[in-house]
Amino acid sequence: MTKTFEDDIASVSRRRFIVGSAAAGGGLALGLHVPFAEAQSASATNAAGCELNVWVVVRPDETCAIRIARAEMGQGTLTGLAQLVAEELGCDWSRVVTEPVTPGRNLASKRAWGEMGTGGSRGIRTSEDYVRRGGAAARMMLMQAAADQWGVPVGEVKASKGVITHPASGRSTTYGKVCDAAAKVTPPDPKSIKLKDPREWTIAGQPLKRLDTADKLDGSKQFAIDVRPPGLLNAAIKQCPVFGGKVASYDESKVAGMKGVKKVVKVDDSAVAVVADTWWHAKKAADALPIVWEEGEGAGASSATIAAHLKSGLDADNAFKYRDEGDALRAIAGSPRKVEAVYSTPFLAHATMEPMNCTARISKDRAECWVPTQNAEASLAALSEASGLPLAQCEVHRNDLGGGFGRRGGNQDYTRQAATIAKQFPDTPVKLIWTREEDIQHDFYRPISQCRLTAGLDDKGNVTGMHVRISGQSINAFVNPASIADGKDKRQLQGLWTEPGDAQLGYTFPTILLEYAMRNTHVPVGPWRGVNTNQNGIYLECFMDEVAKAAGRDPLELRRQYLANHPRHLRVLNAVAEKAGWGTPTPKGVHRGIAQFMGYFSYSAAVAEVSITPEGKVKVHRMVMGLDCGHTVNPSQIAAQVEGSVAYGLSAALYGECSVDKGRIAQSNFHDYPVVRMAEMPKVEVVLVPSLDFWGGVGEPTICVVAPSVLNAIHAATGKPVRDLPLRSSRLA
Amino acid sequence: MKLNINGSTRELDVEPDTPLLWALREQAGLTGTKFGCGVAQCGSCSVHINGEVRRSCSVPVGSLKDSDRIVTIEGLAPAASHPVQKAWAEVDVPQCGYCQSGQIMAASALLAKNPAPSDADIDAAMTNICRCGTYQRIRTAVHRAAEIAKAKA
Repeated sequence: MTKTFEDDIASVSRRRFIVGSAAAGGGLALGLHVPFAEAQSASATNAAGCELNVWVVVRPDETCAIRIARAEMGQGTLTGLAQLVAEELGCDWSRVVTEPVTPGRNLASKRAWGEMGTGGSRGIRTSEDYVRRGGAAARMMLMQAAADQWGVPVGEVKASKGVITHPASGRSTTYGKVCDAAAKVTPPDPKSIKLKDPREWTIAGQPLKRLDTADKLDGSKQFAIDVRPPGLLNAAIKQCPVFGGKVASYDESKVAGMKGVKKVVKVDDSAVAVVADTWWHAKKAADALPIVWEEGEGAGASSATIAAHLKSGLDADNAFKYRDEGDALRAIAGSPRKVEAVYSTPFLAHATMEPMNCTARISKDRAECWVPTQNAEASLAALSEASGLPLAQCEVHRNDLGGGFGRRGGNQDYTRQAATIAKQFPDTPVKLIWTREEDIQHDFYRPISQCRLTAGLDDKGNVTGMHVRISGQSINAFVNPASIADGKDKRQLQGLWTEPGDAQLGYTFPTILLEYAMRNTHVPVGPWRGVNTNQNGIYLECFMDEVAKAAGRDPLELRRQYLANHPRHLRVLNAVAEKAGWGTPTPKGVHRGIAQFMGYFSYSAAVAEVSITPEGKVKVHRMVMGLDCGHTVNPSQIAAQVEGSVAYGLSAALYGECSVDKGRIAQSNFHDYPVVRMAEMPKVEVVLVPSLDFWGGVGEPTICVVAPSVLNAIHAATGKPVRDLPLRSSRLA
Repeated sequence: MKLNINGSTRELDVEPDTPLLWALREQAGLTGTKFGCGVAQCGSCSVHINGEVRRSCSVPVGSLKDSDRIVTIEGLAPAASHPVQKAWAEVDVPQCGYCQSGQIMAASALLAKNPAPSDADIDAAMTNICRCGTYQRIRTAVHRAAEIAKAKA
């Protein structure tokens, strides 16, 4: 069973991890207020530069190396974190380089770099404070070193762009010149550090170019799939097509003589791999390998049986009543008019461009791997478990990911597999690469669900009550079934939460009943960019348009009325409405749709402009996307994430579906799991509505308004709501 | 067999049914060309063969002659000096970057034939998949690359 990263680390550290063993690199921590860090004052100075604290290394040539603990998978966190540190460090941005932190080093240093996991759009928002303090502490030490050299009070020196000056005497020096002395300065008490007012930022907050672009332009960037350590072998894998099924038997003799083949390895109960000199040889042999599967009880499942199972959740007497205020059922029943709709959304695969892969090398006393991971510590735990070696003897190299989107977080199935295979070839690196077919058919899918919404309307078109029941699969139930055995899984109602902050429902209705009926399947599920805000955003926001239509109200006006108590939600909605020209005429045949929703501590809204051909083909012309993510660390990269969320969200709305047939996923590659390409990409206009009093996420928040705004525009165009996703299953003409 | 890759003749130990993609990655050591789907759908493996953009995952090396000129991302231009590469840097196109080798090869092949492509031309020619969704910036950068190339000419 899949475990969470926290489970992994907790269990592994209880069993094997000895705190303080093999402290890599000597004294690392400065005593910053970071999670699990322990104060140490030693510093390391060598040719690599002067380590002022865990985040900052200054080199005599004026280069400032900023350490990055979080994963970079395209979302720009690496550049954003570097901007935040550089801002406080006061260095010359053109001299900034970044260095990845490995999880082995982090654990050996008592997690001086804090959490490494990068999901939930938290790469920046949950580490901004301690990384900025790291930058500020380093600046203070550099200034102190210069002041000491000059024999002047530190209060008289200034630092800017890597140059320290003493205006009173006209003296100046540079970070590179004093870094050695600075490394010996007693670090400041983290609590004494006053961080800059974001209104005064000059590096952070600016639309700077990414630091990690150059090697993506000439093919020189090494993704994990590209590593070629000496003596490399390659593995191709076949996993039981039915989830929960097992390998009954396979006939190695049929492929043993094929060119390059070394061995067939039974990886675990449900997978077999062929190891060969090259991956092409391994793949050819894996395709030729006769495997008999014991498919198990999952083989009886289909999309139809799953839909019926979910429908039973909509109709059941009992469900988890998450929020029950007033008597919504009675209010609706007593209303002169009632609006009701049932929506559904399918399982979805992530389809990262870089397929799942991991290269592992395991010897008697050491295990290492190169792997695209959103959670390098979970990878380390997986490597340790599969290799049987203690964490202290394991290391995960930090290659950036060719896409993540939630697929490569805590599960680390491919890391376990690679380590298990590599164990059979001691001291030899083995690279496991999945085919795209394995990827589409063995994902941790966005959970499937159905939703029934019912609203009562009074004579004036006001909502008297709102009843939302979601029936579907629970991610938590898959990850840690014991935690929600009673089905009280609030996570599946993400975006409809009562409390402010993370993913709050913006509407205030006179009465409300929000329910969740857990209906699990044999299909593995997990987080998928935006997680449950995707489905829940579609359900609520498309239904709001149905309510508006029934009430004879403008969709924007109706939303404004019920968002009145939540001005932050409202502000972003108003911003996109204004930018898009809501209420103004559109070109002939073009219709608008609007939506707002919240997730990851950020507020999102969108207006879509859509037309439909006589054949029923949807063309999305323009998307006006609004986001309030609080502080904006890099507006250009935020815009890039918003643009990307349109492509990802639109792919799901138009095409995305993993259907189930005989217990297995029916789709297998981009021909039957199509995604948006250039010709379908609308013009995206990004409206940032920043508030300077909180830190919200960026990578995921806006995806949840993409599909509903498009669907609402289609509703406006055709007069009929679209209730079942994806759109390619619906007849629009 | 012999293949002409990035201007030099390489002797590679491969069977004729080996896709060019895997010959490039595993024998020639040119890993800039990426594996994305294996069925010519995504375009991550795009290279130029005699100036035409081709999806190398679906080109068996046995179908190539040693006179065929194969150009990969590594051989497109010295020091990333191709107008497309310059425009990509200027516009800050890549996110994860995994598909960008293929996108750049597709864009450079387009511009070689059509020095001033319209949006419709770009829609028709740029069919590679990017899951990060960099399409809007790719479009901007293709237009920009056309300008850079024109200024240079």
